[in-house]
Parts: sequence; C-alpha cells; structure tokens
Amino acid sequence: MKQNRLLKTVLFISVMAFIVTGFIPLSFAKDKLKVGFVYVSPIGDAGWTYQHDLGRIDLEKNLGDRVSTKFIESVPEGAEAERVIRDLAKSGHDLIFTTSFGYMNPTLKVAKLFPNTTFEHSTGYKQAKNVGTYMCRFYEGRYLTGIVAGKMTKSNQLGYVAAFPIPEVIRGINAFTLGAKSVNPAIQVKVIWVNSWFDPGKEREASEALIDQGVDVLTHHTDSTAPTMTAEEKGVYSIGYHSDMSKYGSNAHLTATTHVWDAYYTKVAQEVLDGAWKSTAVWGGIKDGMIKLAPINKKVPADVVALVEATTKSIADGSFHPFSGPVKKQDGTLVVAAGKQLTDDDLLGMNYYVEGVLGSMPK
Amino acid sequence: MNPDTLINILVATIAAGTPLVYAALGELIVEKSGVLNLGVEGMMLVGAISGFITMAKTGSLLLAVSCGMLAGALMSLAFAVLTLTLMANQVASGLALTIFGTGLSAFMGIDYTSVALGGVSKVDIPVLSHIPILGRLVFSYDILVYFSLVLLVCVIWFLYKTRAGLILKAIGESPKSGHALGFSVIGIRYLAVLFGGAMAGLGGVYLSVAYTPMWVEGMVAGRGWVALALVVFATWRPARVLVGAYLFGGVTIAQFHIQGFGIEIPSQILSMLPYLATILVLVFISRDKNLIRLNSPASLGITFHPENN
Amino acid sequence: MRYFSPLIAALLMLLSGLLIFTVLGKNPGIAFHAFFIEPINDFYGLGELIIKASPLMLIGVGLAIGFKANIWNIGAEGQLAMGAVFGGGIAIYFNESTSVFILPAMFAGGIIGGMFWASIPAFLKTRFNANEILVSLMLNYVAILILSLLVHGPWKDPHGYGFPQSVLFSESALLPVLIEGTRLHAGVIISFAAIGVGWIFLLKSFIGYQLQVSGLAINAAAYAGFNYKKMIWIGLLAGGLTSGIAGVSEIAGPIGQLLPSVSPGYGFAAIIVAYVGRLHPGGIFLSSLLMALLYLGGESGQMNLDLPSAVTGVFQGMLLFYLLAADFLINFRIRLKSNPSLKGINS
Repeated sequence: MKQNRLLKTVLFISVMAFIVTGFIPLSFAKDKLKVGFVYVSPIGDAGWTYQHDLGRIDLEKNLGDRVSTKFIESVPEGAEAERVIRDLAKSGHDLIFTTSFGYMNPTLKVAKLFPNTTFEHSTGYKQAKNVGTYMCRFYEGRYLTGIVAGKMTKSNQLGYVAAFPIPEVIRGINAFTLGAKSVNPAIQVKVIWVNSWFDPGKEREASEALIDQGVDVLTHHTDSTAPTMTAEEKGVYSIGYHSDMSKYGSNAHLTATTHVWDAYYTKVAQEVLDGAWKSTAVWGGIKDGMIKLAPINKKVPADVVALVEATTKSIADGSFHPFSGPVKKQDGTLVVAAGKQLTDDDLLGMNYYVEGVLGSMPK
Repeated sequence: MNPDTLINILVATIAAGTPLVYAALGELIVEKSGVLNLGVEGMMLVGAISGFITMAKTGSLLLAVSCGMLAGALMSLAFAVLTLTLMANQVASGLALTIFGTGLSAFMGIDYTSVALGGVSKVDIPVLSHIPILGRLVFSYDILVYFSLVLLVCVIWFLYKTRAGLILKAIGESPKSGHALGFSVIGIRYLAVLFGGAMAGLGGVYLSVAYTPMWVEGMVAGRGWVALALVVFATWRPARVLVGAYLFGGVTIAQFHIQGFGIEIPSQILSMLPYLATILVLVFISRDKNLIRLNSPASLGITFHPENN
Repeated sequence: MRYFSPLIAALLMLLSGLLIFTVLGKNPGIAFHAFFIEPINDFYGLGELIIKASPLMLIGVGLAIGFKANIWNIGAEGQLAMGAVFGGGIAIYFNESTSVFILPAMFAGGIIGGMFWASIPAFLKTRFNANEILVSLMLNYVAILILSLLVHGPWKDPHGYGFPQSVLFSESALLPVLIEGTRLHAGVIISFAAIGVGWIFLLKSFIGYQLQVSGLAINAAAYAGFNYKKMIWIGLLAGGLTSGIAGVSEIAGPIGQLLPSVSPGYGFAAIIVAYVGRLHPGGIFLSSLLMALLYLGGESGQMNLDLPSAVTGVFQGMLLFYLLAADFLINFRIRLKSNPSLKGINS
C-alpha cells in the first residue's frame, strides 16, 4: 500500500537523522573553574533563590574569566536532585553549590562518586571530605527587624507567616520576638504555618487572616512577596525576608532581612582556584557580611534607626548576642540565665517558642 | 471572635471562591452537553499568564480579561478538535491538555516571575459601600467578583429559561436523539467547550491579576481539579456551584484563622475535606439509578459518533 | 497500521520540538542533541532512563488492563502514594531490623496499600454506580495529603531537625543496586517482569479476553456471560497493585525514605504512557522509555541549553495530542460530505 511505503520511508529518514545528530559532540572548555548552582525554586521568586543567584552573578563579576557558572532552577528535593547534581559534576563542574536543605543526602551521595569535586551544601548539617556546609545567622537580622516592628506597632500584635516548624524557622520567630520585646514588652507574635516554602495564594490568605486578627506589622519565613503585597493592600506594615521587597509595597515595607551570599561565594571559589579549600561548617552572620538589613523606610523615626544601627554593630563585634539571657520559654521556664547566651548547638536544635509567641507549635 | 473578624473571613472567602465559580460554571456547561474536559487546570493556567502579560503590558483590565478568556478558549479548542472532530478519548485528551497547559504557561511566564501588578481596586459605590456591616460584606468587592455573580444568573437563565439551554441539556442526556432531531450535536458541544475554556481562562485571570497580582509557575495550585470536583458536588446545578465554590474556597481561609486562634487541626485534614465531600455527594446521587439520571448528564464522557447512528 | 500512530505522533512531536528550539533561538541540531541524545550518552544515562521509565511502564501496564475494558483508573498517583505509605510504614517501623524479609514485606505492604486505595472506586462503582473517573481522581489528593500528614507528623524523623521527612531507610529496606556506577535498582526487574506478566494476562489469558471484549462491545460481553462487575474490580485493582509496587520501588530505590512527595506525577504520566503504547505491554515498554527520555531531556535542556524547566511538560502534552490526533487517521476515514440523514428534517 502506497501509504505504508511513504510512512516507512519517512520513518527511516527520521531515524537516520536521529542517529546522525547523535554524533555531534558537545564540547567543553576545561581551562576555567566551572561552578554549578542547584536551586530549589525559580530565580524569579524574588526570595531565597534570587539572593543566591545575586551571589552567583557577583561571583562571575569578581572572578571574571577565571570562572564560568551554570545554574539549574526548580529542582525538586529528593531523588531528582541527585541526577542533576551528578550531571553537573560529570560535566566538569568542579565546585557545586546545592542551595536547599533537602539536597543534603543527594549531595553526599554524589560527592562520594566524585571525590575531586568540591560541594557546598547550604543549611545542611552533614559534611564530608569534599562537602562543606554553610549557613547564615538569619536570626541576627530577625532580632534587628524585631526592634523595628516593636517600635512601629500600634496594636502590639505582630504577625508571622511561616513555612515549616523546623529549628531555622523557629529561631527566626524567637529572635524576632525577643527583638521586639526588648523595645516593647507588651507585644505578642501570632504565627500561621502554611506548610510550603512558596505558595503565594496561601501566603496571602494567611497574611489576611493575621491582619484580620489585629496584626499591624507582618513578617514571614516564606519565599514569595505575597505577605508584603497583602500588607500594602491592607495598609499595615510588613518586614520582608530574603530580599529587599520594598518595590512590592513601598508604604508597607519597613525593612527586610536580606541574605548576602556574594562575598562568601567569591571566597569559596577563590579557595578552590588556589587549592586551599577545606570542608567546614560555616555559620556566618552580620560580621561576615552574610546578613544585611534592607534600607529602612523613611517612616521609621530616627532614634529607632539609630538603635538598630547600634545593635547591629554590637552583634557584629560580638558584644551582643540576640539570645542572651534572660530568655524564657512560653511556659515561663528559664532557658538562658541572665549574663549567659545560647550556644550554637542549642540554637541548632531549637524546638520551643519563647515568651511572647502565641499558640503552640504544630507537632 | 469579634464581628469584624467574621466579616473579614466572609469577604476573604468570597474572593477565594470566585476563580472556582468561573471555572466550575464553565465546566458545568461543558458537562451538561455531555463532554468531560479534565483540562481545567491547564486552561486556567494559560488564561492566568495570558491575562497577566496583557495587564502588565497594557494596564487595561478589560484587555487582560479578554486575552485570558481567549487563551482559555484556544486551549479548549485544541481539546474540542481532538475529542469532537477526531473523536479521541475525552479523558486522555483532557489530561494531555492539563499537562500541556501547565508547561506552556510556565514557558510563557518565564520573564514575568518577579513582576508585580497593582491589583484590581475594589468598587466604591457612593452610599452603599459605606453602610456599617452590609457595605463591606456586599458592596466592596472588585468588579470581577460581581461579574461572576452576573455570570451565575446568566447561566441559570440560559439553562432553565431558554430553548437553547434545553437543547444543550437534551444533547447531554441523549445525543442520539438530538442528532436524530437534526441538531448538530458536534457543533453545540464545540460551543459549550469553548465557553468552558473561556470561563476557565477567566478564573485564571482573576487569580493572577486580582487575587495575588503576580505570576508564579503553577499558581492555580490545583484549583482546576477542585473546580471539577465542585461541578459534581453541586450535582450539576449552577446555584449549588456558587455555594460550593465559597465552601471550598473558604476551607483554606478558615484553616488559617483557626490556626491564628491557636486551635490545632492538621492543615492536611482540612485540605482533604472538599475532595472527601465530593466523593460522598457523588456516591449519594449515584446510588439510586433514577437519582443519577435526574442529575448527571447521561452521556458524560462518551464520545459521540454521528455516523454510527 | 495501528502501530504507526505512535510513531507518527513521536515524529510530529520531534518536528514541533525542532520548531520550538528554532523559535527560542537555539540551534536545532545542537538542541536536538542536548535534549534527546545527551541524556543517554553514557552508561549512567541509560541507567537513569530505565529508572525513570520503570515506574511508568509498571503503572502503565496495570492501568492498561483497566483501560482495555473502559475502566478509567485516574487514581494511580494516589495509589502509588498509598503503596509508599504502607511499604514505608513497614520500613520505618522495622528500621532497626536487618531481616531479609523487610523488603518483601514492604512490597507486600505496597501491594496492599495500592490495591486498598483502588478498591474504593471499585466498590463505589459496583455498589453505588459512582463514576470511577471522578472518585479515583479525588482520592489522589486525599492520598497525597495523608502521606503529607504522616511525614509532617507521627512519622517525622526525630533527628531530622524538624524537616518533613522520615528516617533514612536501613540497608535491609533498600533495593540493591544492580550495576555499579548506575542507580539501577532491583525494582527495575519487577517492572520488566510486569511487562511480561501483563502481556500474558492481557493477550493470552481468558480474563484478558473478557476485558478486551467488555471494552469493545459491552453488550456482547454481557450476552456471553462475562461478569462486568468482576471486570471493574480487576481493572481497578490491577492499576492499584502496580501503582503500589511502583510506590515502594521509588522509596526503597532512588529516594531511600518517605518524603511529602514521592512521585513527580508518575501516576498521570503513566496514563499517557498506557495510551501512547496502545494499551499493549510491548508498546507501553517503548512509550515509557520515550516519556522518560522527555523528562531527562528537559533537565538536560536546562543544563545545556538554558531552556526553562517547563519545556518537558510542553513536549509531553504535545506527544499525547499528536497521538490522539494520529489515532483518528488510523481509525477513521475522512469523508467530506454532508450528513444525508439531515436532509429534509430542518426544512
């Protein structure tokens, strides 16, 4: 049948084409340091990943043609990540940054197969000979923003839209509360858990619920700009996270705790280039330039700004620790005595609310 | 809980339910004609990004809505051609539409992920909007919410008061009879499917332009599937769609408020409720053969072959 | 001729792909290579292809058994999740044990879980005449939420710093890797076996015959005494069984623990796989490989071509569209003339 013959010919030609193009090699240049980045969400999330990408861009700028970078975005945590990380390692990337907690096990697995590749895993807690971890003391920034919130609130109700009840998030809530209480003992913090790092719809609904219940300063530990936008719409204040979110709410946005990975990424890449890299667990804060507050809104009075700046300095030079005693849990028990501070280990495993936070933690 | 909070909850619920109203009413018409289009999620997403891009570029709500509806209709046109003219299986075609629409919308939206729109302002009716409680509860929504109510009235009027509506329902019940009477079953179904697509697109536009004025990949977040459930839950009756939409939309809102009060119910249980409720309703109306005949279109999902009659 | 439509569809998809690449400003030849060749260029890549195809073909075969008889199981995603829940529960409960029976027990759990979840739409359909498409669809979300609830709550790893994940499974609860240097695990063998079993079941057994006849001509089947209710149960449970196994294969294989999400949409993709494979185990085997290639190609495209991650969904949707369209060309002849039976009625 003619139709059959025609089909068979077309098929043959296409299969041939398929095979022929298979011999076009993809070439790689091996003189630069190739740096790979694995992102858990799209760059445009204006949050967590966006800040990492700024770091990447800064790295390219600083080291010029000694490096070339590549990123893969929206890589789900879990089994998929392993393949992506491995592909980066296999295609000649000698330094790979995996930027989400859920990449921990995949990173370690791939690192075993590629002992000559350097891996840096952010917010993780397991290291290996060629795997280092790095984290930010976000809570330092939270404390400072708490000061601003405590001073600017009129209803004394502060709101927190949070993702998952992991120690990192809880540290942030507690630091924020402590900072606010230090200038305004009457405040209370209400927390709503949205069980997602990034879901603008839910974040907006949670923000609305908080505002409806009397909150007039809102902050969040989620990835989108929805809380800021909702605050702007409803005429209350908001404090951003990850990045400066003022363009999403110029009236509402007081300040934000921003992550600055620029210097760190450049430093690590330089170490790898020089052959001086060692696996460490880095936990940097304001003094390392990893945390910065976004420009403070003009509405905030000058004395508050001055207090924030002074506290920033004292955190940076080590004379003040956000979790210095006395710190009490919700039920009143003393966790940190006056004159003492929480150790890093205590901080890492934090699983309780401090006084001033309303409600109980989800199990 | 003070009355103010209650009003806030109700207002938020109505806003949250509006995209469901649009998508579900559209799908209701489609299903009444006997076609099951599972591609609602994909159509909503494409509508959302199209409307968003238009709004970002022109600032005109009217254009954005029109573009979103057009985009949704075009997507459903692909589905219509496949299932009505090429007589492909409706379930598989609908799923293909969802997967394709999800990918296509993400594709289109690449450059728009950090763009923020101004949102749609709420109407301000001179005297009415300022009545103490009623003003907020009834007279202070954005125009798309009111339009959804207008749509509801139109759909009810169309289905129960016009001859065209009667024909649509008849075709859904028995396409063979309709065909024998000389009606173009395929043609009428085309129109129904396109309408459903336009409405799904409109629901999407509401999400990306009014509800959370930003674009995020996959921002419809499963509402398309909820809309499908909603049509069944409402036993294919438009007024019940409205009630159900607000119920389903309100579940998340309620959940957050409950959290805010300190009451602990796992969020997952609350999120499950719309789906479980739908299954219950489906079982309830299906068990009596007469009851189901009264409610669901008899030929739902079955491909119609004009030549085989 | 029947077997040409998938090939035509694949061809059309490739051609559209070249068009898309060109429109995006990429060199079509290089893009083509990066998307379709690069992922399977080496041994590891081939292993990845098979790992990705494995759950697809497994679930696809199970679904095809039901689809043949017009029984629409859209709930594979949920049945997979429930299989993972049941199997994972065993792994978590016996995390300390090193017994050799753990893995088989997990698979048994997975089968029970998947079949249990599929039995709900089966029961509701046979007893209450409830539409299985809608019930199984709704149950997907319920199952995923149950998994999320468990992983966020009672089954959360106490040493996991509060992150929603279960403990890492012990060695005895993990599938052994088959070939060094790949991630190929023993679950792949099960999938291949399923193709064989499915082939025998569908094409050589009497029940398979009953299923086919019920799908093609239900009245004839009833006349021949085939029990349609039994078909409904078999059709749905087959999908549940295979989905449950696939769920356990994923958590005991590449994932190694329970997470809030254990499947990137395999349950839905398997529906496409079953369809493109013409509901024939051999076809399903090939179409699962093609779908897997599309997943991998999307990632490779991101890495090598800076293509957005959304590209995969576009390709997969197009593939199915073209297949459904191509089917038409196979099954019908196009005749352009008006319907004679209408003449005289409308006047």
